[in-house]
Amino acid sequence: MTGLDAFYGDFQALYGLDLHLDAGEVLAIIGANGAGKTTLLRSIAGLIRNRPEAIRFRGSPVGALRADQVAGLGIALVPEGRQLFPSLSVEENLIIGGRVGRKGPWSLDAVYRLFPILKERRNQASTSLSGGQQQMVAIGRALMANPDLILFDEISLGLAPIIIRDIYAALPGIVGDGMSAILVEQDISKALSVSSRVYCLQEGRVSLEGASDALLREAISRAYFGIA
Amino acid sequence: MDWLNAIVQGTLLGGLYALFAAGLSLIFGVMRLVNIAHGDLIVLAAYLGLSTSIALGMHPLLVLVAVVPAMAGMGYVLQRGVLNRTLGDDILPPLLVTFGLSVIVQNALLEIYTADPRKMDAGGLETASVDLGGLTLGVLPVLTFAVAVGVIAGLQWVFYRTALGRAFRAVSDNQDIAQIMGLNKAHVFGLAMALSLAVVAVAGIFLGIRTSFDPSIGGGRLIFGFEAVIIGGLGNLWGTLAGGVILGVAQTVGAAIDPGWQLLAGHLVFLLILAIRPNGLFPRMDG
Ligand SMILES: Nc1ncnc2c1ncn2[C@@H]1O[C@H](COP(=O)(O)OP(=O)(O)O)[C@@H](O)[C@H]1O
Ligand SMILES: [Mg+2]
Repeated sequence: MTGLDAFYGDFQALYGLDLHLDAGEVLAIIGANGAGKTTLLRSIAGLIRNRPEAIRFRGSPVGALRADQVAGLGIALVPEGRQLFPSLSVEENLIIGGRVGRKGPWSLDAVYRLFPILKERRNQASTSLSGGQQQMVAIGRALMANPDLILFDEISLGLAPIIIRDIYAALPGIVGDGMSAILVEQDISKALSVSSRVYCLQEGRVSLEGASDALLREAISRAYFGIA
Repeated sequence: MDWLNAIVQGTLLGGLYALFAAGLSLIFGVMRLVNIAHGDLIVLAAYLGLSTSIALGMHPLLVLVAVVPAMAGMGYVLQRGVLNRTLGDDILPPLLVTFGLSVIVQNALLEIYTADPRKMDAGGLETASVDLGGLTLGVLPVLTFAVAVGVIAGLQWVFYRTALGRAFRAVSDNQDIAQIMGLNKAHVFGLAMALSLAVVAVAGIFLGIRTSFDPSIGGGRLIFGFEAVIIGGLGNLWGTLAGGVILGVAQTVGAAIDPGWQLLAGHLVFLLILAIRPNGLFPRMDG
C-alpha cells in the first residue's frame, strides 16, 4: 500500500499510509480505539474504494475494485464483531464463504476438523452460538474462500481469555500453509506473539513499524498512545 | 347470502391477492425496496399477455411461457440500470423513482392501448365452474389459488433451499459482508427483481383473464398486494398468502353484507390488524 487515504464523507480516517506485506508473512497492526485499523482492513477488502494504485496485491492495482472482485483475487476478511448472517445456519454461513470458488485446502470438512464443535452445531442458527463459537464460524467462513491473504479484525474482542487462547492456538495451523495474514488487535502481546512484523497506527497514520520481537514496550506505548 | 360461500370465494380471491403481493414481499425482503410501480407492472404484464395471445392466437395461459421471461428480463435490466442507483441509506429516492416509473408505465399503456377496458379471452375458462353440493366453485379462481400456492411454495424453496436464496438472505442480512463473500449485490438485486417480475407476470395474466382491465387500475392492485404483505407480516411468504386470504375473505364477506362494502371491509380489516399487530400476523423470526 502506498499513500492510502480513506474517508467517511468529509472525515478523513487514514492519511497516506504506506504498508507492505510479503507473501506468507503475518503482520500485526495495533493501535488505540479509533486509530483507523478497521478502516484500513475495510479499504484492503474493497469495502472502501480508493485510487487503483493505492493498494497493490501481487503486483496489480486493486484499490478501486469492488469487494466481491477483491474476494475473487484471494483476500478474505474476518470482520470486527464477527458479523455472521443471522438468517443463515452455521453451515450456510460457511458455504457462502466458499462461494468465490477458489481451489485450496479449505473445505467444510477441513473447517469442521479445525473447529469440531461447529459440526455439532451445523444446522443451528448462527445467532444461537456463544461468542467464541461465532468467532470460529467467522474465521471458518473466511477460510472457506481459500484466500492468499486473510485479514483478522480484533478476533479476541469480547471473548473470554480461555477462548482467546484456544483461537490463537489454532492460528498457526491456519496461516502455516503460506497464507499471508494481517492481524488487527488492541491486545499488543497477543498480536506480537504470532506476527513477524508490526505496524502501530495512531490517528490514521503509522506511528511505528518494526520486527515484532525487536520492538521495545516503551516505544510501543509511546506510538500507541502518542505520549512522549 | 350464504356465509360459507362468501368465505370460500374470498379465500380463492386471496390467491390472486397473494400473487399481487408475493413479488412485492420478495424485493422488500431482499433489498428493502418498496416498488410503487408494482401494480402498474402487473397491468403491463396483462397487456403483454393480451397482445401476445392475440398476435400468436394462443390461449392466455400458454403465453405465460413468453411473458414470464420477458418480465423477468425487464426486471433485471430495470434493477441494474435504474433502481440500484437509488438504493442507499435514504429510503426516499427509490420511492420517488418507482412512483415516476408508475406514472410512465401508466401513460405508455394509455398511449398504446387507450383507456378502454380490455379482457383476455380464455375460451370459457373464466365462466366454467363445478358444483359441490350447493357450493359453486369457479374453475379459474380455484386454478388461480392453486397457482398462488405453487408460486409461494416455489419462492419458499428458492429462498431456503438454493444457493440463490442463500445469496438473497445474506445480502438482506448484511450487504457489505455479503459483498466480501464474493456476491455482487448489484447482480443479486437484479436477480431478485427478475424473480419479482416473473411473479408479476403470472399475477398479470390471471388478473387479465379474470376481470377486464385498463391502464389506470395498477394503483388498486398495488394497495391489495401491499395490504396482503402487511397483514401477513413482512418477509414471510406463507404469511403473505394468509394475508391475501384474509383480505379476500374480508372483501367477500363485506360484499355479502352490503355490495358497496367490499373494498371498505378489506381496508378496515387491514387497519384493524395493523392497529393490533403492527408487525403483521406472522412476522419473520430471525434466529
Ligand atoms: N462509518 C463511519 N462513518 C464515519 N466515521 C467513521 C466510521 N467508521 C469509523 N469512523 C471513524 O474513523 C476513525 C477510525 O475508525 P476505525 O477504523 O473503526 O478505528 P479502529 O478500528 O482502529 O478502532 C474513527 O475516528 C471513527 O470514529
Ligand atoms: Mg476497529
